[in-house]
Amino acid sequence: MFSEMFYKLWNNGLIQLGVWETIYMTLLSSLIAYLIGLPLGVVLCVTDTNGIRPTPWLNRVLGFVVNFFRSIPFIILMVAMLPVAKFIIGTSLGNGAVIVMLVIAAAPYVARMVESSVKEVSFGVIEAAQSMGCTNMQIISRVLLPEAKPSLIHGAVISMVTILGYSAMAATIGGTGLGQIAIIYGHQRNNDDITWICVLLTVVIVQIIQIVGTYIARKTDKRIK
Amino acid sequence: MIEIRELSKTFSSASGTVEALRDINLQINDGEIFGIIGLSGAGKSTLVRCINLLERPTSGQVIIDGKEMTSLSRRELLEMRRSISMIFQGFNLLEQRSVLRNVCFPLEISGVKGPAAKSRAVELLKIVGLEDKANAYPAQLSGGQKQRVAIARALATKPRYLLCDEATSALDPNTTRSILELLRTINQTLGVTIIVITHEMKVIDQICDRVAVIDHSRIAEEGRVSDVFTNPQSDIAKQLILPQDRAALDTTGGKKLRIIFNGQYSQEPIISKLVLECQAPVNIIFADTRQFDGAIYGHMIIELPSDERQADKVIAWLRNSPVTWKEEA
Repeated sequence: MFSEMFYKLWNNGLIQLGVWETIYMTLLSSLIAYLIGLPLGVVLCVTDTNGIRPTPWLNRVLGFVVNFFRSIPFIILMVAMLPVAKFIIGTSLGNGAVIVMLVIAAAPYVARMVESSVKEVSFGVIEAAQSMGCTNMQIISRVLLPEAKPSLIHGAVISMVTILGYSAMAATIGGTGLGQIAIIYGHQRNNDDITWICVLLTVVIVQIIQIVGTYIARKTDKRIK
Repeated sequence: MIEIRELSKTFSSASGTVEALRDINLQINDGEIFGIIGLSGAGKSTLVRCINLLERPTSGQVIIDGKEMTSLSRRELLEMRRSISMIFQGFNLLEQRSVLRNVCFPLEISGVKGPAAKSRAVELLKIVGLEDKANAYPAQLSGGQKQRVAIARALATKPRYLLCDEATSALDPNTTRSILELLRTINQTLGVTIIVITHEMKVIDQICDRVAVIDHSRIAEEGRVSDVFTNPQSDIAKQLILPQDRAALDTTGGKKLRIIFNGQYSQEPIISKLVLECQAPVNIIFADTRQFDGAIYGHMIIELPSDERQADKVIAWLRNSPVTWKEEA
């Protein structure tokens, strides 16, 4: 039913490894992207003219940096950032370098997602907190982030799916995972079944992320009666 | 005591400047319920936000308990805000926190630890009659219940002042009445000074001791509620207080008189006496009276008989009586 190549890959555990590599690259890159993007998104929101601490120059500088990286197509960004990866982790090869690329591409994206989630928190609630004598840090940690939590989780799901998509493209600079299997064994060696199996497995991973994420977001949202 | 001196606030934006408040002078005494009424856009919400400095006045002073608010450091201001609580038209509860944890919120901010904060919150929920909703979330509550939670939350840090920004404007008449009763109880039992911002006369009527009428960024009139209600001086106060009698005055017919009830002769049946003693029928075409502390305040418009002799008799009778009245054009 399947091509010979498929059985060879499957029996050697390469497809299973590909699934694992895709998942681990996505999760690790998402985690690091959030470590950078979450504070960045909060700062973008807070320093906005309507934010709790308007700082136009900082907002403009950060906004420009974020837009700059977001406007570069990932495939070009990857190639351009090879020296950066080498500088950060000492090599421009392998999955380590791919994770650096994914983080560079995803962090600005995450920052915008976080910014839009945090902006959904109603001004009235922030004003109420201010009227109680909250400091700006208290407003961020006890009002903005907890109130935006369900929306932040929805955003995280979207970001992770995007990062997963990017990770497949990383096969072009030597990244491994389902993307590489599809390109090298499926496309280049003309085994359509392998390509389609990679597609199917990716769809399954995306579905799982989506279902789990939506479930957690729902479970944490106290606005639902 | 809250003293506002020559306060002005100007908003400037790309499209120009807007003078939201001009030359406001007010004194709010400890223990009273002070009302600020005006049409929307008159500047009343800006005024209340200048008290706790959510809006910084462009010029002028806000002096609370002897402290000039605009000269406080950031830290002192945050500290001061804990003694000036605020409730809002939109309730502004934290949607992701339970009722109990909403009430705990200001306590957490001021460093009160878990169990102590919790027992205080339970105590406050009892005051507002919602102890059974402690574990509910705001989304599960009605508007009136949400405002009660907001009131409990506002009282958590034992404030001396409570600012109410259109706190009942989103509620139906019955709920409004019960929330206002709660505010009055809090004022009387806890001694909290309350400042009420509203566009509704009935709110002022029900709980306020004194009222300031604000119009086009200025205080148009200020005084005891009973005085302002019975004898409004400014056009805006007349418009807010006597809105319904315009139509009555427009009807054709005989001469019309306005009789003013200012609490002095509520025990006497004045109109009946007038009719019986003058032997002249009068037509009551409008009446709007309210009760304060057992006395009647308000206005009544009567139309005199078209027979001039009878009309003169009525006027002569009124001249010799202690009744306050005036002819209406």
